[in-house]
Amino acid sequence: MVRKKIDLTINTGLAREILTGFLHTEITRAGFSRGVIGLSGGVDSSLACYLTAEALGPENVLAVRMPYKTSSPDSMEHAQIVVDALGVQSLDVPITEMVDPLFNRFPDMDKVRQGNVMARERMIILYDQSEAFNGLVIGTGNKTEILLGYTTLFGDAASALNPNGDLYKTQLRQLARSMGVPAAVIEKPPSADLWKGQTDEGELGFTYEDVDQLLYLLVDQRYSPESCIEAGFPEGFVRDVVERVRRNHFKRVQPPIAKLSNRTIGYDFLYLRDWGT
Amino acid sequence: MKITIALAQLNTHLGDVESNLEKHLSLIKDARSANADLIVFPELSLTGYVLQDLVPSVAHPPRADDPVFSQLLSASQDIDLVVGFVDEDRRHRFYISSAYLSKGEIVHVHHKVYLPTYGLFDEGRFFAWGDDVRAFNTRFGRVGILICEDFWHASPPYLLWLDGADIFLFSSASPGRGLRDEPQLESARWVEHINRAYASLFTSFVAHANRVGYEDGLNFWGGSTLFDPNGELLAKGPYQKEALTLAEIDLNQLHRTRTRLPLLRDERTSLVQRELARIIRERIPGDIGSR
Repeated sequence: MVRKKIDLTINTGLAREILTGFLHTEITRAGFSRGVIGLSGGVDSSLACYLTAEALGPENVLAVRMPYKTSSPDSMEHAQIVVDALGVQSLDVPITEMVDPLFNRFPDMDKVRQGNVMARERMIILYDQSEAFNGLVIGTGNKTEILLGYTTLFGDAASALNPNGDLYKTQLRQLARSMGVPAAVIEKPPSADLWKGQTDEGELGFTYEDVDQLLYLLVDQRYSPESCIEAGFPEGFVRDVVERVRRNHFKRVQPPIAKLSNRTIGYDFLYLRDWGT
Repeated sequence: MKITIALAQLNTHLGDVESNLEKHLSLIKDARSANADLIVFPELSLTGYVLQDLVPSVAHPPRADDPVFSQLLSASQDIDLVVGFVDEDRRHRFYISSAYLSKGEIVHVHHKVYLPTYGLFDEGRFFAWGDDVRAFNTRFGRVGILICEDFWHASPPYLLWLDGADIFLFSSASPGRGLRDEPQLESARWVEHINRAYASLFTSFVAHANRVGYEDGLNFWGGSTLFDPNGELLAKGPYQKEALTLAEIDLNQLHRTRTRLPLLRDERTSLVQRELARIIRERIPGDIGSR
């Protein structure tokens, strides 16, 4: 069965207006005027950097490059192109000397553990810079990776606010293109760059193009898995994605608090973060 | 008779009634300087929208001895006002409410009758359901007020029409959602369509004030509109930005449109009542509710 292509085209002008407004409003009402971004040289963090520079002014944005010794030189270069194009402030904090002692302590540490350690080390640096630069940490995760759980909890998933998280990867690329993010950044194969040769699509086993369409039906259009299969998606692919979304839900919610009292944080003590502002 | 309506598309501070009141008073002044006769504020304009557990602490009774309403009532000496607030009744039930103020008097209070409690909405958890849909008389003629979800249902505007309203004053705090490759969000497109449809179907004026700004990740899209009895757009506020949008309406348009298109004259209310009574009497369990 031939699958009908689902159109995920977005009005990028409208997205840009809403997201820059979101960043400006939510950062200033929290009492800040600056933002800190871990800039990897990939499309997600580059877009977040473009949006934040537009929302706050480039002088109020600190882009932090945090390479490990095996990080691709392209990543550093691409991040530099973004820094130069926007005129944001920048800082390099290599993580090799911070994470290698832990890797040496556990010589049998596999690459997943190592990748998590690197992602969490970067989080530590960003939150330290948040204090030093007096800015909020801007999240860069997109809707696809958040749904799939393709992210390190308390690592790259940690942020004060996230402008990217309701855009599927393929939609995020459209917005990046329209805002002038360099083509080299947008068109290279997406990678967490936690080890040599790692690519998202290689690791996940499917392309963003395909999974975005499936997730759009499952999540946005509330299709059942069976209806997705009827629409032409291979059954194995559908089951795999549905299971990934379910299994990784813990990364999307606050840790549950065991209820004892009449009023418990998370259940019946309910306020927005914008409370009183 | 011609009157100028101002749609106050404002942002609010969540749970900070005092600062929101200041903004109301300042916009009322601006509207007055622009010779507006009536200014309409969005849903929960004095409190902000996603109140959750803030509800009991932001409620204000619409009375002259209330510190917030006393100032609004003074401001209503020269211009009529519709303001959004949380009402608490004598039995301590809280309502999403809009009040019509004129010449220092509370002319009418509407309690929202449809509380969306689905998707991103959780109003039914925090608020009581209003139980009346009533038109009321103003110095500009008979008017009806509805709040957001109230006019996502067709019946409240229909009831107001039959109850004599010629001017519909709608207010919203409508979160923007549904980004596609279209000039506006799906939620904006939907609301614009139905407001134009109500103006056309009920051959009446339909004014809609929607707020802007953000609450956590939610954006409110603005785009306040005013349609005439022909369904023509008279004025529209910008999307996403604060604005005071003014438009003059000519009440004689009601005469002209309804002469051409006597939908109101021909409306078969007894037939509606008869059939509705039958439908409720014969209703299939699980089909329509009887709430």
